[in-house]
Amino acid sequence: MVRDESETMYLFNISLRYKLPLWGGFLVVVSVLAVSTALLVKAYDDLQRDVHVGAEVTASTLCRTLFPALLHNDDWRAFEQINAVMASQSPGNPMRLEAIFVTDGEGRIVVSSDPLKFPMLARLDTLGRDYARLAAPLARMAGDKPARRLDFADKNANYSIVDSKQANETNQLPDFTDAKSLFFAQPIRQGSAQVGVLVLSYSKDVFWPRFRNLALQGSLIGALTLAVLLPINWYWGRRMAEPLVNLARRMGVVAQGDQDGQTNVTYPYRDEIGQLFDAYNAMVLEMREKAKLEQELLQAKRLTAIGRLASGIAHEVNNPLGGMLMALDTLKTRGELPAHANKTLNMLERGLRQIEEIVAALLVQTKDQGRHLKQDDLEDIRTLIQPQVLAKSQKLNWVVNFSEEVRLPAAACRQLLINLLLNAVQATAEKGRIGLAVDLEKDGLRLVVVNEAAPIPKEFMDQLFEPFVSGREGGHGLGLWVTYQIVKQLVGQINVSCDNGEVRFDVWLPLEKQ
Amino acid sequence: MSNISRRHVLSALGGLALTGSMRQALSASGTQVRVGFTPAFVLNQYALLADWREYMEQRLGVSVEFVQRDSYQETMDLIRLKQIDFAWVCDYPYLYLRNMVRLLAVPLYKGQPYYRSFIIVASGNSAVRSLGDLKNTVFAYADPLSNSGYFVPRFRLHQLGEDPRTFFHKTFFTWSHKNVIEAVAIGMAQGGAVDSFVWETLNLIEPKLTRVTRIVERSPEFGFPPFVAHHEVAPQLFSRVQNILLAMPQDPQGASLVKRLNLDGFIKGNARLYDSLTRMMRAFGEG
Repeated sequence: MVRDESETMYLFNISLRYKLPLWGGFLVVVSVLAVSTALLVKAYDDLQRDVHVGAEVTASTLCRTLFPALLHNDDWRAFEQINAVMASQSPGNPMRLEAIFVTDGEGRIVVSSDPLKFPMLARLDTLGRDYARLAAPLARMAGDKPARRLDFADKNANYSIVDSKQANETNQLPDFTDAKSLFFAQPIRQGSAQVGVLVLSYSKDVFWPRFRNLALQGSLIGALTLAVLLPINWYWGRRMAEPLVNLARRMGVVAQGDQDGQTNVTYPYRDEIGQLFDAYNAMVLEMREKAKLEQELLQAKRLTAIGRLASGIAHEVNNPLGGMLMALDTLKTRGELPAHANKTLNMLERGLRQIEEIVAALLVQTKDQGRHLKQDDLEDIRTLIQPQVLAKSQKLNWVVNFSEEVRLPAAACRQLLINLLLNAVQATAEKGRIGLAVDLEKDGLRLVVVNEAAPIPKEFMDQLFEPFVSGREGGHGLGLWVTYQIVKQLVGQINVSCDNGEVRFDVWLPLEKQ
Repeated sequence: MSNISRRHVLSALGGLALTGSMRQALSASGTQVRVGFTPAFVLNQYALLADWREYMEQRLGVSVEFVQRDSYQETMDLIRLKQIDFAWVCDYPYLYLRNMVRLLAVPLYKGQPYYRSFIIVASGNSAVRSLGDLKNTVFAYADPLSNSGYFVPRFRLHQLGEDPRTFFHKTFFTWSHKNVIEAVAIGMAQGGAVDSFVWETLNLIEPKLTRVTRIVERSPEFGFPPFVAHHEVAPQLFSRVQNILLAMPQDPQGASLVKRLNLDGFIKGNARLYDSLTRMMRAFGEG
């Protein structure tokens, strides 16, 4: 049972892409079938009624003229009347009379349009199944008040033809689907005198092809309707399902943790699906934003930890280093030392100075510098890096948009700018372009350094601001770390972006409070 | 069914209601001559009858009307009521009307004033070789007042020792000889009695119909259905009409009409021509 259920469910699990068109198609087919069937039933009824009406007219007319002939036992005259009706049929009439015959109260043929098929006095039950089945209903119709059949010249016959108004008494006899004909019967009577029952037989051989034609036409129209509606339905279903399917696929991708999927899934309408799309797009953007923030936070935390570690070590190293350098200095000034000792001392001093340099770099100090940044500082920086720019035939684009003093520590800003500019010069090929834009904003200073260069590799980008990470041979990897530390100490922001063959460092520093 | 007696039928004549009885015939008055026709010959040769009427009118110099009826009885009524002056009737009615009419002329068929009765069956019905083989079948008679189409086959059955009222399963009248042939042809009746003159004439002009029938018995010869005159017809008119009929083959127009009638001419005839029928009728108890 469980398995059956799952199999049944499977049908409902198929994609909307198929489900919608299939359901639509199913409904279209059902509608067309229902309409066609209704029309066919109507056509069949109409056809039957046409036959019935035709039979009524023929039977009523014939009964009136047959009555005297049969009453007089004038079989030939009766035959001529029947034959006249048969002969007057138009060949095009689909409701074609196949035969006319009259039966008496005992189920025998009195007269017929086709004496070879329905011989005089032949019993209905000897004429085949279709006719044998008529015997009982005909006997019932003949049963009530059978008139005495009179001989043609019976002068004693006592009858009167008074009832010229004949009730509509044409009855359709039971229609058996396997019978080859449709039968209608009407008692031949005037007043209370009945001389037999008239039976009209209409061939179904003609009736059915006509109905089949109608059915065929109906089916054809139905098929045409389907041929038009089904593709439209299929198109419509696919169109309805397509955005949902897309959305579902993207949601699936998001659920698997990949947020790089395209966000701009377009859906032009403002219906519920459109709202769904908007919600999806908003959600994806939000998630991306959140992920980016998390990433940045993580990086900032790491850099802070590294900075703390580095400055802690630098402080610890700085104290003994100061002592060692002082001792060396004392030693060099006091005693005359042998030459080779002097040489060793010098070597020691150079090593210690190098350590001192590195430690000084690690111990980024911004707060203890009193002077504010002026435009002259920027000119100094330009003068300082000019030789390097010229050496590589690079083009420097310098846009400085402030003329006054800004409330930022001059030394820190100088170091920051020099670091970034030198970094740019080094990263840019010969004849490349470098740009600086300094912009004083309402409550901060924006510094943008741009250079032409290949994008920074992603794995390197994550560690860009960590100490001792260098993108090139020979760099000690402290430049950007120092820059970062300065920005952080000034409570600013620094962003790196690479696009269009440019690497762009975007720094924003808030102005000190007055 | 049709076991009514001849006597019965004839006595009914007197009791029939009449229609248009007051239409007094101008008969013998000289202004119009009325001639009655029965289905004793091929009745529906209307063009022929029209030509013949014109011919008679021209020769007679007075208006001539041809009166056709669908049964012998109706024509006989007309004679009895003096509605017609002359009539072409079957030999059997002639004998009945003998007291009321005079023999005017007897047609010559194949040069003789005789004809026969044929018993016919469908040509496909090879099992039947004589009238006796038709026992318990449906049989078509022409007219209750026809000799060849009713009396002769019944007399023959009588001779065979059968009762004509029960011999057949069913019988019916078709009111004309041609219809007998049709009834047999379409299978409504298995056998029928028909005038030899009608059958042979139709065999010439409508062979499609006669081809599907086959003659199984030929009766002896009887006097040909005669032209009769009401006995009140003036002798002068009687002889004028008689002479016109007798002279027909002598002029081209008359000869052509006679030929179209499939006859050879007319003779005065003699009541003795019909003696054999009178004897048969007596023998059958209908005389």
